[in-house]
Amino acid sequence: MDAILLQILNGLDKGSAYALIALGLTLIFGTLGVVNFAHGALFMIGAFCAVTLQRILNLSFELVDESQKDFLGNPLKVKTPYVEAWFGPDIGGSIIDWAVPLAILFAIPIMIGVGYVMERGLIKHFYKRPHADQILVTFGLAIVLQEVVKYFYGANPIQTPAPDALNGVVNLGAAIGMDIVYPVWRVVYFFFAVLIIGGIFSFLQFTTFGMVVRAGMADRETVGLLGINIDRRFTIMFGIAAAVAGLAGVMYTPINSPNYHMGMDFLVLSFVVVVVGGMGSLPGAVLAGFLLGVLESFASMNEIKSLIPGIDQIIIYVVAIIILLTRPRGLMGRKGVMED
Amino acid sequence: MFGLDKKDTSLLIIVACLTLFAPFILNPFPTGSAMAQFNAGYPDLMQRFVIFGIFAIGFNILFGLTGYLSFGHAAFLGAGSYSAVWMFKLIGMNVIPAIVLSVIVAGLFALLIGFISLRRSGIYFSILTLAFAQMSFNLAYSVLTPVTNGETGLQLTLEDPRILGVSATADGSIPVTNLFGLEMRSTFELAVGPWAFQFNAGYYLCALIMLAAFYLAIRIFRSPFGMMLRAVKSNQQRMNYTGLNTRPYTLAAFVISGMYAGLAGGLMASMDPLAGAERMQWTASGEVVLMTILGGAGTLIGPVLGAGFIKYFENIFSKINDNVLHTWFSFLPDGMEDAVVFIIHPFIGKGWHLTLGILFMLVVIFLPGGLVEGGQRIKGWLRGRKAKDSNASGETNPAE
Amino acid sequence: MSEFDVSRRRVLKTGAIAGAGVALPTIFTASSAAAFTNEPTGGTVTLGFNVPQTGPYADEGADELRAYELAVEHLNGGGDGGMMNTFSSKALQGNGILGKKVEYVTGDTQTKSDAARASAKSMIEKDGAVMITGGSSSGVAIAVQGLCQEAGVIFMAGLTHSNDTTGKDKKANGFRHFFNGYMSGAALAPVLKNLYGTDRVAYHLTADYTWGWTQEESIAAATEALGWQTVNKVRTPLAATDFSSYIAPVLNSGADVLVLNHYGGNMVNSLTNAVQFGLREKVVNGKNFEIVVPLYSRLMAKGAGENVKGIHGSTNWHWTLQDEGSMAFVKSFGTKYGFPPSQAAHTCYVQTLLYADAVERAGSFNPCAVVEALEGFEFDGMGNGPTLYRAEDHQCFKDVLVVRGKENPTSEFDLLEVVEVTPRAQVEYAPDHPMFAGGNLGSCNPGA
Repeated sequence: MDAILLQILNGLDKGSAYALIALGLTLIFGTLGVVNFAHGALFMIGAFCAVTLQRILNLSFELVDESQKDFLGNPLKVKTPYVEAWFGPDIGGSIIDWAVPLAILFAIPIMIGVGYVMERGLIKHFYKRPHADQILVTFGLAIVLQEVVKYFYGANPIQTPAPDALNGVVNLGAAIGMDIVYPVWRVVYFFFAVLIIGGIFSFLQFTTFGMVVRAGMADRETVGLLGINIDRRFTIMFGIAAAVAGLAGVMYTPINSPNYHMGMDFLVLSFVVVVVGGMGSLPGAVLAGFLLGVLESFASMNEIKSLIPGIDQIIIYVVAIIILLTRPRGLMGRKGVMED
Repeated sequence: MFGLDKKDTSLLIIVACLTLFAPFILNPFPTGSAMAQFNAGYPDLMQRFVIFGIFAIGFNILFGLTGYLSFGHAAFLGAGSYSAVWMFKLIGMNVIPAIVLSVIVAGLFALLIGFISLRRSGIYFSILTLAFAQMSFNLAYSVLTPVTNGETGLQLTLEDPRILGVSATADGSIPVTNLFGLEMRSTFELAVGPWAFQFNAGYYLCALIMLAAFYLAIRIFRSPFGMMLRAVKSNQQRMNYTGLNTRPYTLAAFVISGMYAGLAGGLMASMDPLAGAERMQWTASGEVVLMTILGGAGTLIGPVLGAGFIKYFENIFSKINDNVLHTWFSFLPDGMEDAVVFIIHPFIGKGWHLTLGILFMLVVIFLPGGLVEGGQRIKGWLRGRKAKDSNASGETNPAE
Repeated sequence: MSEFDVSRRRVLKTGAIAGAGVALPTIFTASSAAAFTNEPTGGTVTLGFNVPQTGPYADEGADELRAYELAVEHLNGGGDGGMMNTFSSKALQGNGILGKKVEYVTGDTQTKSDAARASAKSMIEKDGAVMITGGSSSGVAIAVQGLCQEAGVIFMAGLTHSNDTTGKDKKANGFRHFFNGYMSGAALAPVLKNLYGTDRVAYHLTADYTWGWTQEESIAAATEALGWQTVNKVRTPLAATDFSSYIAPVLNSGADVLVLNHYGGNMVNSLTNAVQFGLREKVVNGKNFEIVVPLYSRLMAKGAGENVKGIHGSTNWHWTLQDEGSMAFVKSFGTKYGFPPSQAAHTCYVQTLLYADAVERAGSFNPCAVVEALEGFEFDGMGNGPTLYRAEDHQCFKDVLVVRGKENPTSEFDLLEVVEVTPRAQVEYAPDHPMFAGGNLGSCNPGA
């Protein structure tokens, strides 16, 4: 029982990353009708916003300490971060410690900016082009973005730890008399994802801006005829979608050390999630994200693996095939979207 | 000629000349010169050009004609490779049975996957094919290791039975692939002054098969069957309303293109008897999509050009290193040399992905019809200049 | 298509000129005049450095390439000579190899066996490389080794740790200096026994491909010989990035040791996840829970940061070693690039020197002569103590290092500390050991 609860929890926690990425992908697709293969790269850029902030906070000046030697036998240069020098080791140290949460503030404007530039500079010219062209150009962009990151940060993973206070484990089952130990940061990630998803939905549901966007998703032409500059709003939505992907990336860094190709690792998966959820459906994307996360966790249980060897390798694809064959447009897809 | 109209005949002849004289065309620079780095006329790369050409031609029969975007075509190439290598292990080193079996296996595999996937269209179809291919890849890498040899790739060993051949040659090595005794790796080298041209038996086998495949593709494009597929692309619903069941046509196209992929896989294994699981990965499927779109989807020659373009970058640009750059620019003063090398450095060697990504974007942005459109624009521009004929440049029929 | 005539004519013309044939055509088949593949005839000899330059192992590949460039510099008489001064064989003069200046070409394996073979083939067919070396994974090493055997050139393996490279997939033309899974197990077992006792319950997480399996087999066999139990061996997909769903069951499995048979990015992530789940603070069966990473890579360990502290594993070599050869190598590498070399760099550098030395001693670039010179070759001064290239399987036998993640690193390179140098005698095994059985070296192939 404990084991099953633990895997459900784990699935929800994995699923929250899938859901966040798929949500952004669907936002872009639903509003602009563009298949964005560079979405994984946006997730990766978000993660590297955290890395960059960590590096900035760790900018140091060097003092030569004659008493210590480096590996070549020359005097060692001792580095002290400026932040620690200015605020003192205690406050400075804790600012560096909280780099990842701080990076949220740092990443939002950057990601919206990146999204805005991408949409105005490139994607906008591809609205009327075939989906195949959109795939090719965004894929090209994804390669370029990840290679640029690789050029500056290298190919190895870079550790970006969570703040010490959020680093340990918590027993979530204590209240109900069970022993369900889980890392604090992963719980934080889950609630963060719920918060963002809730935020996006209420933004679309309860604001005038969101209402117009939803109307535009349903019938772009009519909304345009009403004299509303729908393009502008869609551009903003692209920025928001980029920010969602970016934040998902920032918060993901303590879970797994980011590297330059993490976006590509998530790309195929996030497309499967979006399609299983149904093209153009935001609730579908979120639902499918959590569903696939939970099923993936179950498939990696030893009991199930011994029943069907290798099931954890293919579970995502098996589920995708079954769902697409039984529900032609995924879980909640609309008719006629991306079917030709 | 061959039941083709004049335009198609001349296209076929051009392709034939280009492939048959490829050892000359691809080796424009003398061997010892600094530019020899850009020569592509060595057997392995020439073989790859035509093999991936076959793969892309086949993919284009599905994607270019019906508009169905398969994201799992690499699975058929992989299946073809594995069956060919198994033939070498069990039967013997002649390439004919291996190639035949690889086409059949890939065809059956495509029939199975196509039958299921074609129940859906659009992106749902793409994801279904992707899912099947990724499943094949993941399983080939892990659980199916007894059949595929997993990460290492399926290789020949000295212990293989090879019932129609020998397990090991007299001098104790693994026998090489051959066509009734003609070794695939045998190469005739022709030295003309500073140039060295390599004529490889394996390459010419691949080239002849590619010409046959190309010819078949032209016939399919021009046939009533091809018309039917195009009709599916332009409006499948209307076809269905007229009471016509399009599924058998699309399935036939899917299986044919799967068999092309299997043929490519079988040839690849015949040239180099190894089959790795990465051949089935989604990136490999994506690569053929990129080749086709980059060259010009729906055109006959486009996919072949796209295949050549990508393979050239992968094999030539990845091998340029700083050392090579320094020899190129050694004529510059020291400071300038370093500066030039510093600027070019991110784009070569380990940065070849970056160059390729940038070129993808440039081609798609400026040449919506792919490289074929680029060729037409140049042609139109040349003609316009030569004849100052106003209507020549207005001709933009795709070179189908 | 009006330019058809032009191009045909031009092509035909070119063909005619070519046909007239200025020089003598030579045929490269099994029975040609050349003594062996790519016999160097001019004043230079070309080596092929085939390393991952793109993909997850790109940084490791870059470090290997640095080592190769350094080795070439030293062979050609540049720099301070590095390990050439400490190497027990004094055949190398610093004037290239057999008086020929060493040149090199580089390629990208992409850590894919197909791409690696394509790259190696272009080096052999186009650039005339007489030796191929490099690689950062066993799959690639085995694939390229097979190719070199067929083509008739020497393959000096880079970083490859699978038993199969010199086990069931061994080839006469291929040589491995790096250690293997069996040696990791044999070296780690006594240390683990001293640290954690003989009454332990181990849980294995293993990357689901050939290398992972051979390592799992080796470690399980070595620890079970100590009296440990193996409670579970779980295979994880290579493509997995989040290992939490595999780590979670460990908590309640009754195991008190977790063995991570992962390498590279997999290792970084699984170790990070394991620490996240609080495994290190856990007490099971009245003992502290421990994690073991049998194959360590310093470059990758950096990605796991704090999490490696106090975790044991094995490596082929580490830059803090204080023997003459290691110090000479660290000095010349560090002076040139500003940071210490990785174990991948070390093995690649040594392999290049060993090849050059074998050619000098054999007096010929002929692969068969080189094979003969390397087989059974005993040497010292290359950082691993007295070393033997065993003739039966072309595996190097030398001391193996057991290392531990350092508690108080003084610099970003100072991540590991050497706990014990396990002597060579302890990691040796018979050539027909069951874990290595089934292969056949075959006979050396000079090609041509």
